[in-house]
Formats: sequence, C-alpha cells, structure tokens
Amino acid sequence: MNATTKPGVKPFWPPLAAGVVLGLVLLLTFLLSGHGLGASGAANDLVAGIGLQVAPDATKAHGYLGPQVADGNPLGSWMSWEIVGVAIGALFAAFTAGRFRIQLDGERSVGSASRVVKALAGGFLAGFGARIAGGCTSGIGLSGAAALGVSAFVFLALFFVTGMIVSRLVRGV
Amino acid sequence: MFPLNDNGMISGLLCGVLFGYVLENAGFGSPVKLSAQFRLRDWAVFKVMFTAIVVAAVGLYALRFLGFLRPDSIAVPQAALVGAAFGGALVGAGFAIGGYCPGTSVAGVFSGRIDAIVFIVGVVAGTAAFSGLYGATLKSLKAGGLIAEGDTFADAYEISDPVMIGILVAALIAVFYLGSWFERRKGGPVTAQEAVEGACPLS
Repeated sequence: MNATTKPGVKPFWPPLAAGVVLGLVLLLTFLLSGHGLGASGAANDLVAGIGLQVAPDATKAHGYLGPQVADGNPLGSWMSWEIVGVAIGALFAAFTAGRFRIQLDGERSVGSASRVVKALAGGFLAGFGARIAGGCTSGIGLSGAAALGVSAFVFLALFFVTGMIVSRLVRGV
Repeated sequence: MFPLNDNGMISGLLCGVLFGYVLENAGFGSPVKLSAQFRLRDWAVFKVMFTAIVVAAVGLYALRFLGFLRPDSIAVPQAALVGAAFGGALVGAGFAIGGYCPGTSVAGVFSGRIDAIVFIVGVVAGTAAFSGLYGATLKSLKAGGLIAEGDTFADAYEISDPVMIGILVAALIAVFYLGSWFERRKGGPVTAQEAVEGACPLS
C-alpha cells in the first residue's frame, strides 16, 4: 500500500482521540437536548412525513405512524436537523482531510451489481431492525449505553454476534 | 440546570455537525473500515464507541453528582429486551451485508460513496416496510421482554451507576487490549489511504 500513497490524504484520528471527542459531543447533546444522538429516527420521520403528505388520513389513523404525526409534520424534527448536520460535518471533514472521493465502495471486491444489491439489502435489514429496537447503533447502542440503559447492551451484544456470523457467510464489501 | 431540552433546529444542526465531523475523522464513512470490525481486523468501531460511552457516562454522572444535571432527566431507551435483541441482530446483519449502519451511511454519502446512497434508500424502504407490516406481531416483538422495574441498570438490577461505570472502564481496557492484539495478527487497522482507494480484492 505504501507504493500508492498519495499526498494529501490525511490519516484518520486515533480511536482513543476520536472516542474522547465523540463522548464529549454525546455529552453536549444530552445537556442541550435531553437525549442522545441518533440516525434511524430521521428515516422514520421521513416516512411519517411523506405519509402525511400522500395519505394524511391513513397516516393519522395508522397504529405506528399515527402518534408520531399527532403534533404535526415530523420532518422538521430535531433528528432531521441533526442528520442535515451530520452531512455537513462529514463533508467538511472529508474535504479538509483529502478523503472525499466519489466511488462505489466495495465494487473492487464484490463487483458493482453485487455491491448495489448488498447495500440495498443491508440498508433494508438495518432500517427494519432499528424500528424493532426503537433505534440504531447510535440511538440505542451508543446513546443508550452512555445513559446506562439495559437494552443498549443487549442490542450491542446481538449486533456484534450477528454481524460476525453474517460477515462470514456473506461478503458485503 | 441541565438538560436545556432544546430540540430546535440550531441544537440539532450543532450536534449533528459535530457528530458527522467526528464520524468521518474516525474513518466511519468507509464501509471497508467499518465492516473490518466484524472480521476482527480493525477494532476502531468498538474502541471509539466504548471510549465515547465511558466519557459520556462519566460526564453525566459527574454533572448529576455536582448538581448541574437534574436526576432522571435524560432519555433512556425502554428496557424491552426482546425488541432490543431482535433489532440489534437485524442492524448487525444489515451492517455486515451493507457495510454501514444508518448514521455512518450519512458519513459515507458525504465522503463521496454512492453505495451509501443505496444503503440509505434501503434504510428508508426497511422503515416503510416496518410501518406497512405494523400490527399485533411487530408490536409485541418491539415491546417484548420489558423490564417493569425500570430502564437503567440501577433501576432494573440495582447495580449502581459508579459500579456500572467501573464495569464499563474494565470493558474499555479489555476492548483496547484485545482489539490491538487482533489488529496486529490480522494485518492492522484499515488506513485512510486504503479506505479512500475503496475495498481491496479478497485478501
């Protein structure tokens, strides 16, 4: 790999440093908002928001989405803005460190068609699973664990064990 | 007194920008680096997560102890353990197959990855499918295994916060020690250069 090293690509932060900064960001989030960081909730807000536009009556009467749209359109939620922020922060980090590169990542190892199918299938499972758990790796795993929630550690244990098993059966990237 | 319970646009944007900035700098926009955790070659995911959990948990405890944070004022996920187990397993499987989780896929898109856009389409489809299929079965699965006593270890099992933080610190040291041992044996963590070049052929 050294032979292909190009100038301008800055190394990633060491895990300890990244973890300390992430912990402080998470702490700040708790102090400001009263809850932790999340991600999959924004997808949920998007689905509920679209539902409210396309089929308002059915969405309001829906067993799962109904309570979420009772206070108005969820598209302007804290979580939606947080995800817009994640996009800005990640773009800034990637650009300033010379790590922004347009690519279909994983194409070189599994082929482009296979990679697209796997990314779609993986996203589907993660999106569906996050709704069962009530959050994803950031909302339940990270934020829930920092709040010393029991379910966070159950989530993380099953997340890791299943991920290890499945990664041996299917090469995703 | 904290928390401010500010759930407005500026609060969301600020926390999000910082979150995204750290995620990309940790290398978590790269599906190669992320999924190397499951192959035990790169332990950055667990090292970063456990460090952040300990820092935030200690910070929350200290601020509560010093009287700056109201007791029982921050959100704790409901202790529905069956739901957490099924959900965790599915998110783990999705991570292994797709190379991201919902949050890191956003960092993936904004470091230029087209496959991350596809992953997000999948996340939205999976979320919509859950809503479409929502009924008695999914409802009971989601709420299954609920601990009535409470959501935290202190409430559910009477394990006090300092003891729990001590256990987490021990787990953190174990993750760093074990992780670095595996990383040395399996060819080291994925570098930024390797991540930017994209997934390598089978190694």
